[in-house]
Amino acid sequence: MKNTISERIADFLKGFPPFSNLLKAQLGALSEEVSIIYKEKNSFVFTVEESAHNQFYVVHKGAVALWDKEEKTVLDICDEGDIFGLRPLMANENYRLTAKSEEETILYAIPIDKFRPYIKENRRVADFLVESFASNTRNPYDKTNRGQLLGDSFQVNTQNSPLLDLQPVDFSKHIVAASEQTAIKSIAEKMTAKGIGAMLIEKDGLPIGIITDKDLRNKIATGDYPITAKAKSIMSSPVITYPAKLTITQAQMAMMKSNISHLVLTEDGTVNTKAVGILSKHDIMLSLGDNPAVLVKAIKRVNTVEEIKPLRKSVMNLLRGYLDQNIPLTLTSKIISELNDACIKKVVELSLEKMDSEPPVKFAWLAMGSQGRSEQLLHTDQDNALLFEDVPQSKFDKTRDYFLELARIITAGLNHIGYEYCPADMMGSNPKWCNSLFGFKKMTSKWIVNPGPDEVLLSSIFFDYNRAYGDKELVSKLSYHIFNTVKEYPIFLSHLAAGALMNPSPSGFFREFLVEQDGVHKDFFDLKKRALMPMVDAARVLMLSHNVPDISNTWERYEKMAELEPSNKELFLACSYATKALLRFRTKQGLLHNDSGRYINLEQLNKEEKMKLKRTFKTIKQIQEVLNVRFMVSRVR
Amino acid sequence: MASKKEDLPEFWKEYEASFLEALPEKITDAVFVVLDTETTGFSLKKDRMLSIGALRLQDSTIKAKDAFEVFLNQTTFDAKTVEIHGILKRGKTKRIEELEGLKIVLKLLGNAIIVAHHAGFDVGMLNAALIRHGLPKLKNKTLDTAILYHKSLPKAKRKTEGHYSLDDLCEEFNIPKTDRHTALGDAYITAIAFLQILENLKPISLKQLLKKDRFWEFWKFI
Repeated sequence: MKNTISERIADFLKGFPPFSNLLKAQLGALSEEVSIIYKEKNSFVFTVEESAHNQFYVVHKGAVALWDKEEKTVLDICDEGDIFGLRPLMANENYRLTAKSEEETILYAIPIDKFRPYIKENRRVADFLVESFASNTRNPYDKTNRGQLLGDSFQVNTQNSPLLDLQPVDFSKHIVAASEQTAIKSIAEKMTAKGIGAMLIEKDGLPIGIITDKDLRNKIATGDYPITAKAKSIMSSPVITYPAKLTITQAQMAMMKSNISHLVLTEDGTVNTKAVGILSKHDIMLSLGDNPAVLVKAIKRVNTVEEIKPLRKSVMNLLRGYLDQNIPLTLTSKIISELNDACIKKVVELSLEKMDSEPPVKFAWLAMGSQGRSEQLLHTDQDNALLFEDVPQSKFDKTRDYFLELARIITAGLNHIGYEYCPADMMGSNPKWCNSLFGFKKMTSKWIVNPGPDEVLLSSIFFDYNRAYGDKELVSKLSYHIFNTVKEYPIFLSHLAAGALMNPSPSGFFREFLVEQDGVHKDFFDLKKRALMPMVDAARVLMLSHNVPDISNTWERYEKMAELEPSNKELFLACSYATKALLRFRTKQGLLHNDSGRYINLEQLNKEEKMKLKRTFKTIKQIQEVLNVRFMVSRVR
Repeated sequence: MASKKEDLPEFWKEYEASFLEALPEKITDAVFVVLDTETTGFSLKKDRMLSIGALRLQDSTIKAKDAFEVFLNQTTFDAKTVEIHGILKRGKTKRIEELEGLKIVLKLLGNAIIVAHHAGFDVGMLNAALIRHGLPKLKNKTLDTAILYHKSLPKAKRKTEGHYSLDDLCEEFNIPKTDRHTALGDAYITAIAFLQILENLKPISLKQLLKKDRFWEFWKFI
């Protein structure tokens, strides 16, 4: 007899750990024991506190969400090949989470008594399970940053990270040690004096034990041992030792494995050689180097543009680390924008030094587009402008020539540190974008009064400007001019709104992604054009209509809108959230593929990522409808 | 020309005895056997079964252990259908005699409800074989996924002519066509489609579900 069903099960399972570690015959035998379970959408596989089934589950098709106790938060989404419901079986406890199908799902249920022998027999299967439980993720081999995969972010930071080269792991090389006969009191005093959290206990020059703050708390402060006791009575012994050439990942894993906060490093990694250092959890945190303050200082200290280059690379590593550790994007983008701004400021300062004379009048360097909106996490093109104080007509040409020269040096400097020149030449070195306050007022008035497609496009880039360097008042004057003019010519908002609605829709019927039909990026999803720009454009129109200058960041704009229009609060907060989600997405994709992150290969996304993207589409559609109605777009079309 | 009752073989008596037990009320308690046959052609008289695939389905769960596919030794052979099922007259696959195959099927069946796509044909083929071996016809209730699918659709979407092929169902329910045209592969596809159809029909009891199958006019399309 032939069994295509168990063959297909084996075919499927062999692609995923830990099954990939089984021998063919083992997998074949196991597959014959599998049950195939069909779950309609939103049906439970198990619920919190339910006693564990005698089987665990692998998602074959569809997706299963794991919810916390209150069924309020989705902790994880398992899709094809993911295992769930195994841990309670190993720990002999009830389910701690609720598993519910997110969509129509087919599960493979694997009986635990048939699987258990393989855990014992096959070390790699056992290792996989231990690691996945320790790191609290389903698949520790998975590098796509799901769940709380701390180990991975550390790996990212240790490998080829110039940041870490700058700041090597700084463990305490000056070992403070005592003998096992030392009184606890004097050990505590010594630890306090030296400001350390652990004391090594040595005998004949070799490490035999360790006393940490925790030991003092748990064993002395509780009264279990008198303060007069000797070190020997409370020390943890034997000590867990590792060789000094430890990567941060290994150290992290070691601490997690033994649930300890200090590692003793010895010459050869065993207790039989001298201790050379003690590595604490705190040391690890510090050596991860996510320290923007240090970087800002370093940027401020540089003397040439050349020196900024490696620092910009560090900023990128920092960004990568933040995204891997799921630091909120608001915070991430604030820090990264801050660092980017510091770099730009420094470039402007250094460029000023190169000029033969001081600037003839006050000026401001404006960042436009995404940099202006503080949404530029990855390097993209530079869009900028130079605004200078009004001068008498007779001095205009000479003044502009000075600033054009300055702008040329600045843009060259920016290019040198990684900002590509703007292909459309929207840069301060272009006479069109290097102008006096009067000049810019005239230009923007023209756009607002006579808006055609080009004017709308220019406005959408220019109106997100942000002062990167220079005179604040000058910039405010221009902003007020723009807002006042818009007030007089409200039809401009309809044009701007129409422009915002020109962006093609992200999804078609049945919530499928619309991909590009032709060109180099055929079959790719254009994240910028179809998802991010509609949100950015809509926010701009809304802000202009509300007459709120000085907020150029898109999600801050939406947050402000939520404040201004309480009746639409929910939608605007959703917009803010969606924008952040999309930007995070784009940045991650960009870092992953080393490009701008604009074009997404849908096949490379996992189910969770696709669902996240799709969730934002609904919000995009809603905000576009609001725009359409509110600004009576039909009258300008 | 079935034999007298007392002359029937032991395996048949066992099969028959399973019907003493009444069918459960709840769908989740009911046992379904989803099956498919690959044959030399479409004539119940002239053609023969080349393979039978079947699986047991209960409470939306299929156990891999309870699924099988048998290949049968046959003298009748039609080169034309080889391109569909890929079973050659002297292929390498291990074959058993038709009666042996029927025994295995009966053992799995018991009083379960037979589910098949165009069930009339598969059950007809099995019955024809049973009769050839001097046995009575199958006693099981049957459900046809083609009919059930038709009933699960809103009236406006139902076909007015033609029939629903298993491929139609694959497309409708996004079921991959791996192993299509192998008996067990088709049985599996039928089972998954059946489960999704149940979702749409939402019958309150097994009795109600069995009633859905009554749609005789449907046969004029086949």
